[in-house]
Amino acid sequence: MGEAIAFYTIAAFVLGFAVLVVSTKDTVHSVLFLVLDFLFVAALYVLLGAEFLAAIQVLVYAGGIVVLYLFVVMLVNLKGLPEEHRDPHRRTKLGLGLAAAVLVELGAIFASGYARPVPQVAEAAIPVVGNTEEVGWLLYTNYLIPFEIVSMLLLVAMIGAIVLAKREL
Amino acid sequence: MLLSAALFMIGVVGVLVRRNMIIIFMSIELILNAVNINLVAFSSQLQHTVGQVFAVFVVAVAAAEAAVGLGIILAFYRNRETVNIDEMNLMRW
Amino acid sequence: MIDLFIIPLLKIAIVLNATLVGVTYMVLLERKVIAWAQSRLGPMRVGPHGILQPVADAVKLMIKEDITPVRVDRWVFTAAPIISMVPALIVYAVIPFGPEVTLFGREVTLYIADINVGLLYVVSVASVGVYGIILAGYASNSKYPLLASLRASAQLISYEVAVTLTLVSVILVAGTLSMVGIVRAQEEAGVWFAFIQPLAFGIFFIGGLAETNRSPFDLPEAEQELTGGFHTEYSGMRFALFFLAEYANVIVVSSVATTLFLGGWLRPFPSVDALAFLDIVPSWIWFLLKSFVFLYVFVWVRATLPRYRYDQLMRLGWKVLIPLAIVNLVVTGFIRLMVL
Repeated sequence: MGEAIAFYTIAAFVLGFAVLVVSTKDTVHSVLFLVLDFLFVAALYVLLGAEFLAAIQVLVYAGGIVVLYLFVVMLVNLKGLPEEHRDPHRRTKLGLGLAAAVLVELGAIFASGYARPVPQVAEAAIPVVGNTEEVGWLLYTNYLIPFEIVSMLLLVAMIGAIVLAKREL
Repeated sequence: MLLSAALFMIGVVGVLVRRNMIIIFMSIELILNAVNINLVAFSSQLQHTVGQVFAVFVVAVAAAEAAVGLGIILAFYRNRETVNIDEMNLMRW
Repeated sequence: MIDLFIIPLLKIAIVLNATLVGVTYMVLLERKVIAWAQSRLGPMRVGPHGILQPVADAVKLMIKEDITPVRVDRWVFTAAPIISMVPALIVYAVIPFGPEVTLFGREVTLYIADINVGLLYVVSVASVGVYGIILAGYASNSKYPLLASLRASAQLISYEVAVTLTLVSVILVAGTLSMVGIVRAQEEAGVWFAFIQPLAFGIFFIGGLAETNRSPFDLPEAEQELTGGFHTEYSGMRFALFFLAEYANVIVVSSVATTLFLGGWLRPFPSVDALAFLDIVPSWIWFLLKSFVFLYVFVWVRATLPRYRYDQLMRLGWKVLIPLAIVNLVVTGFIRLMVL
């Protein structure tokens, strides 16, 4: 029972902050709401039993990526103006309407029950206990190739970001 | 599950409606987070850790994409002095 | 019921109070030690030999006028010092001061919580601590603090990488992420990790100096360079919070270093039975002694070394410490593979 209360509270916060992120006019406030959002999502992960992922979420997402966003926002905000409120090109009502429609459809799908029997994945015996160890074990045995590819991806992204941001080459 | 769908939709609205490039990027991050929540929820329900493994990958990819995207925004800003997406029409005929 | 709520609350209360008192006395410690290093006596007037000086400082800061500049972002301006202070304090939830002791007939563990991912928690909280600095600079709505805060946060996030890499090598040797587990691994191994991983110890220490904006890496708060850095516009109690947050960070880094490298609550040479007579000293006293040694070294370094210029600082972090940390990690992994 307590878990359900916790879940709904955290979920409400997550959604609330997300709405604030996309609707605030001031960019810096938007970024701050994003950080708070990520922290609450990390709390959600802890509730769902994924402690390693929660710590990673705070470390990488909230602590790294959003800091990056904040930097860029500050560098851009030094001169820029906030966007105009009455933008003729923006079709707010249409966007909201479409989103609401898709949301209703998704809700209908879930509510009607994806009641097909859930395929039981053959649980290979993982000889370690503890959440982090399980993730690590899977990463290094079954999913080694994606792991290596992702590290290559990160390397390429690093080099790309440095090249893009240099003033002269 | 409904939570991640709702979060996803909010992110999509953000991407479609806002004009500021940076906020668009942040909405993309919101979408990715929604996907992650979905993965973790499935992982906890089916008691198999592979969902979390995939979520770790998604986080890593999101980090890479954020870095490169922000680099692009910075490079663009140096040229055009704006982050309004309407003015980024270099590829239009 | 009692075990679930009251004992942790008591522990939290004790730890928080001890930390805050410790922080204010660290200020005194620093002034005294630097004074002695410079052949003078330091604060001597308030109380015998200046012991009550922190009280005087606290009173002064609290009764100062709280000036809020006009066109600042009010919420962010108020929140920034809080964001600086909170991460420094909540790290204490995972730092173990000692193993179980029996108090009043009840087994009580001398740490607030033993999370499975304790060390990762510490690192992630440290990375959130950067926000306080960035937001302080931004919220001040003026050029100098903004630039200073961007520089300071760039310094912080650069050294975060080096420090995290050294922590990974420690995890490799210990085999677990939980802080209590790491201390127990040192107990099993019989030696402190400082002797098994000297390079990681050194890098962690230097990185810790840089992470907490202490000399010789304290350019962000050097008054001569940037008119006070990111907390120029803060006065009174808010400034006090920043100030205390910095010292709290120093104590946190010392505590983490003690836990990871100096064996936490173990006595020196835990495996040498001849020294077992040292066991009469309670475990948490050992912890405090070792943390105190670290604090002393922090202040000693500040009194001794000159300040690094910003580009030298960044060069040191990226071009020297990170490659060293990576080499350390690779070698550790290799040795671990060979031994096992």
